[in-house]
Amino acid sequence: MKIILKIKRYNPEVDEKPAFREYEVDVSPNQRLLDAMMHIKRNIDGSLGFRKSCAHGVCGSDAMRINGKDGLACKTLIKDLVEKEGETVVIEPLRHLPVQRDLIVDQTIFFKNYRAVKPYLINHEPHSGKERLQSPEDRERFDDATHCILCAACYSACPILEDNPRFLGPAALAQAFRFNADSRDRGFEERREALDHENGVWACQNHFQCTRACPRSIKLTKRINETKQKLNGLNGTKQKGGETA
Amino acid sequence: MERHEFDVLIIGSGGSGLYAALEAGKGSKVAVISKLYPMRSHTGAAQGGISAALGNVEEDQPEWHAFDTVKGGDYLVDQEAAMIMAQDAVQIVYDLENMGLPFNRTPEGKIDQRRFGGHTRNFGEAPVKRACYSADRTGHMILQTLFQQCVKNDVSFYDEFQAVDVILDGHSCKGVIAVELATGELHLFSAQATLFATGGFGRMFKITSNAYANTGDGPAICARKGIPLEDMEFFQFHPTGIMGLGILISEAVRGEGGILRNRSGERFMERYAPTLLDLAPRDMVSRAILTEIKAGMGIRGDKKIDDYVYLDATHLGPKTLAAKLPDITDFCMTYLNINPKDGPIPVLPTAHYAMGGIPTDLDGRVLYDKNNGVVDGLYAVGECACISVHGANRLGTNSLLDLVVFGRRAGVHISDYVKHADAPKISDSDADDSKEWISRLMAGQKGSYGGDIREEMQAVMMADVGIYRNETDMAHATKKILELRHRYEQISIHDTSRSFNTDLMEIIELRNLLDLSLITAEAARARQESRGGHSRKDFPERNDEKWLKHSLSYLQGDGVRMDYKPVDTSIWTPKPRTY
Repeated sequence: MKIILKIKRYNPEVDEKPAFREYEVDVSPNQRLLDAMMHIKRNIDGSLGFRKSCAHGVCGSDAMRINGKDGLACKTLIKDLVEKEGETVVIEPLRHLPVQRDLIVDQTIFFKNYRAVKPYLINHEPHSGKERLQSPEDRERFDDATHCILCAACYSACPILEDNPRFLGPAALAQAFRFNADSRDRGFEERREALDHENGVWACQNHFQCTRACPRSIKLTKRINETKQKLNGLNGTKQKGGETA
Repeated sequence: MERHEFDVLIIGSGGSGLYAALEAGKGSKVAVISKLYPMRSHTGAAQGGISAALGNVEEDQPEWHAFDTVKGGDYLVDQEAAMIMAQDAVQIVYDLENMGLPFNRTPEGKIDQRRFGGHTRNFGEAPVKRACYSADRTGHMILQTLFQQCVKNDVSFYDEFQAVDVILDGHSCKGVIAVELATGELHLFSAQATLFATGGFGRMFKITSNAYANTGDGPAICARKGIPLEDMEFFQFHPTGIMGLGILISEAVRGEGGILRNRSGERFMERYAPTLLDLAPRDMVSRAILTEIKAGMGIRGDKKIDDYVYLDATHLGPKTLAAKLPDITDFCMTYLNINPKDGPIPVLPTAHYAMGGIPTDLDGRVLYDKNNGVVDGLYAVGECACISVHGANRLGTNSLLDLVVFGRRAGVHISDYVKHADAPKISDSDADDSKEWISRLMAGQKGSYGGDIREEMQAVMMADVGIYRNETDMAHATKKILELRHRYEQISIHDTSRSFNTDLMEIIELRNLLDLSLITAEAARARQESRGGHSRKDFPERNDEKWLKHSLSYLQGDGVRMDYKPVDTSIWTPKPRTY
């Protein structure tokens, strides 16, 4: 079948501002959107810029806006797009991150925020040299947050970042939750400053756009709220909000 | 030209590169150079597990693990290396857990373990539960955990830098040359020690589980500098890729009890491997699937190369699928619209893993000839290297293990080496070849575009240098690859911008794949026997008398010169390989 990819192009070396360009591609309905884009890149227009690697939704390289929704091009099938939204697919770069070229965005701030929450296990207690024990139930508690591939789809989807670019964003907060909720971790106090802050969890207003966008089905809003509840419990106050999702 | 000076350069930011960086970084100034962002590396796609004889679920011993590795590799494995890997496995899995890796747990809270192909108790008696795992995203968790440690330890990264050349002075390495994606500029990196950890090169085949990035940059760069590549004829086809797409369906599905069936519903592995059945090593299962298909027993039954068989997981139950195979379930739902609890998964072998690569010793030092001469200051680990712990066929879970065990060993060796090595002297002229090559590419020649050359290469490698091979087909492949390499000389580029020129990066990668395709085809032609993943219709038997030896392929212009070196069989005498 023939479809049209309408792709937002921008090359700062030559273009004054971004502009859409249309490509007609012959595809089979079971192909991935990424397959159609690779066809353009390798056979029609090699100057089209985007990132890609694993091509099956586990490396996080090819997050972009597809018909106005954030997702991975390699996890989006042509037939699903066409059935729901017709034969023209609009492709744009992720929001809230500077465009470097076409669909390639500068992820520096996204990774800076990730680093700010100390996303690693903190535990200085001596151990046996073997594994630390953890019950299957304790292991399950933070499971979905470990699925994160740092693709930044949630960061683009979040409406808070439109007005507050200093917000850490859903992915970084989910990574903080992943460790705070790990029974082996002792680092909550070290992460608290970044989280218990107007640009930390308190900036979130439960729009749930991140949860909808996440290609790894992480309950991001819920995890942010669980952190709010924990902080509220420690702060002994309910002033700062923190409804349960 | 911008210059950078470090003690250590790590090229590649997958599992082995990051582990080496953490170790080497303890006493020296390290830079990790990667063409991707760190957590995009293909280690993250590994699914099923990492083996270690912890004995958490049932009795196990490192010696059994080492033996299985040797036998699984059809006795082309260097046995001391396998023993070191199996012994180091136990502590390194504990260390990963201590770093925070979230393994699945037993009811007592220990690391849980499950079965995997070719892993047995007591030298082949029956399958053993040896694979430690984190659902079906064990590689993702290893990559995340190691990157988290790099964040904690403030390791320096050069993201999106494509290495294009290594600077050698005789048998001594001085650094690398890389192109920065953001600017298109060449950078000269000098260091006392350089480590290649660039991963595999499955992208030379049409159907592969490998990422777009798996283009063998390290091995190709080394080959062009006169370093031989070892055992390149051995490439693993994983039995269960999603039909058509090649996306990996983990062996863990069979480890948890999944069964392969042909069109009459028969569990055909009973005829090929009566003891281990569906958990026989991958090369045997892939051949069994192809044999079924050729006999008209594929699901369509038309004997065509793209017919398929079923992987049946319907009897595992929703609970096991959710707790232990959630990503597989997600892949099947996304790409096939099949829930594995309700229907069987259509699968076909997919090009998966390079057993061969840059020859190294047990500390990752690169070797330049059959007498094991060492290139000072040059190291390689992970899939791009050949130690050799996988021999002619790698066992499932041993790749993640190889990454961390030998990544760490290389890191430890490097951190000691750089204390005594002098800082190398380099000059801008070291980048002359790279500069000339890239300007030629960018000049806008009139030849074929990269897409055609790549597709033709992938098609011929799949058809002629795949699971079953013979002289006629491989000679055809060599001829075709040579023709494609000539067309590459005139390759045209669409994108003439300097910044974020991903077109240029693809063309750089394509040259690497072409060189490695030629070496693979020629090494495979030379080996006149069948062993592990190298299976010849015209030489169907293993021949220890003539071929129990590692191959070394030297790329020389349009040709490949072969040499050989002995295999370490110091522990177990080679025997026929039955399961």
